[in-house]
Amino acid sequence: MADAVIVVALVLVAGCATVAVAVRDPARQALVLAVLGVVLAVLFTAVQAPDVALSQLAVGGALTPLLLLLSVRKVKRRKGRER
Amino acid sequence: MDVLPYLVAVWIFLVGCYGLATSRNLIHAVGCLSVCQSATYVLLLAVGYRDDATAPVYSDIEPGSRPVVDPVVQALALTDVVVGATVTALLLALVIQVSKRHGTVDPDELTELRG
Amino acid sequence: MTPRTRLLLVLVGGAGIAALLVAACLRLPDFGGDSHPYGDRAVAASLARQTANTIASVNFDQRAFDTLGEMTILFAAVVGCVVLLRQTRDEHRARPEPADVARPVRRYALIVLPVALVTGLYVIAHGQLSPGGGFQGGVVAATSLHLLYLGADYRALERIRPVGMYEVGDALSASAYLITGLAGLIGSAAFLANTLLPYGTFNTLSSGGTVPLLNAAVGMEVACAVVVLLARFLDQAVEIEEESGK
Repeated sequence: MADAVIVVALVLVAGCATVAVAVRDPARQALVLAVLGVVLAVLFTAVQAPDVALSQLAVGGALTPLLLLLSVRKVKRRKGRER
Repeated sequence: MDVLPYLVAVWIFLVGCYGLATSRNLIHAVGCLSVCQSATYVLLLAVGYRDDATAPVYSDIEPGSRPVVDPVVQALALTDVVVGATVTALLLALVIQVSKRHGTVDPDELTELRG
Repeated sequence: MTPRTRLLLVLVGGAGIAALLVAACLRLPDFGGDSHPYGDRAVAASLARQTANTIASVNFDQRAFDTLGEMTILFAAVVGCVVLLRQTRDEHRARPEPADVARPVRRYALIVLPVALVTGLYVIAHGQLSPGGGFQGGVVAATSLHLLYLGADYRALERIRPVGMYEVGDALSASAYLITGLAGLIGSAAFLANTLLPYGTFNTLSSGGTVPLLNAAVGMEVACAVVVLLARFLDQAVEIEEESGK
């Protein structure tokens, strides 16, 4: 049973990582990365690492996507002013 | 099942590297780098896993009553998750500076500017 | 180099690395194996020092010097961001207009904010007992403050978040870690040695010697660091504009 959860989580992580690279728009990529962060947290819980899952959930699910989105906004705003 | 987690880690790392090399936007490249980073977490935790073991936290289990997974690799991955995020922030700050100085975040256009 | 040759180069190099990594994976010990010599010794050492969460013991006792290194990276990254994202002479601040936020979002954010903040502090405080600790709790506590941006507006956030204070807090907690390490020199002859304080009763808040102290220092440092980082990025994304006509 535990093995099945781990295998499913591993496949989901691999899939999310592929999508995160394939999506070329940085704003959408940030959203996919947030999903990847949550799926990684599930995988870490399944391999009995609650500490790592907790930090991955906070960092990968919220902090990194937020920083990416703020950078996208800053860069876009500059481009908008130049035109 | 014996090597699947390791192969998944390899796959995530290679996919992230491919994204880094072919990216047309530095912000996207930073995102790809954080995908590469997550490969190391998967590899570390896979190395430390033990079948039918529980988390190495003894606040609610009797010490010695059950096998536990390896805490050393978990400690390594745990600090790296948070420190990696601040390094990502540093890279994004550099990207914002690049966009201010050169008006573009496309690595190819930046190379042309310099050449 | 044209994009085409570069892609070819990446594919050839990637195939080589892939082959080597897969060959290495096939010879690694099987997933879920029973032999973890380092893990078993770390668990024994942690229990000998009355620390219930072995991961906190590895981080803040057995490998405390390594954590000092990690913390220095974190501190340096924050300093780098502050320098890179400062307001330059050809930029000015534009006051953002208060935006309309839907009432349910507003109410939800304001209700969740204290809960999230207390959860973050709880996670820091119980680092040596249950899953969690300074690294995780610091991020939770710091990001929870930013719910105020959703619940009220940017100016309210700026009022409870004097960035200068958090920069000072970041530096203070980094030095607190160092000083706790130096205090280890009093009890024994080693930097960061966990011999000064009594190990306490197993599974209570004051167990583990210096582990709770180092844990709290890291928690404060991470929380301050994340607040400062987010403040700098929000400044850039919302407030700072370049002078027009440039």
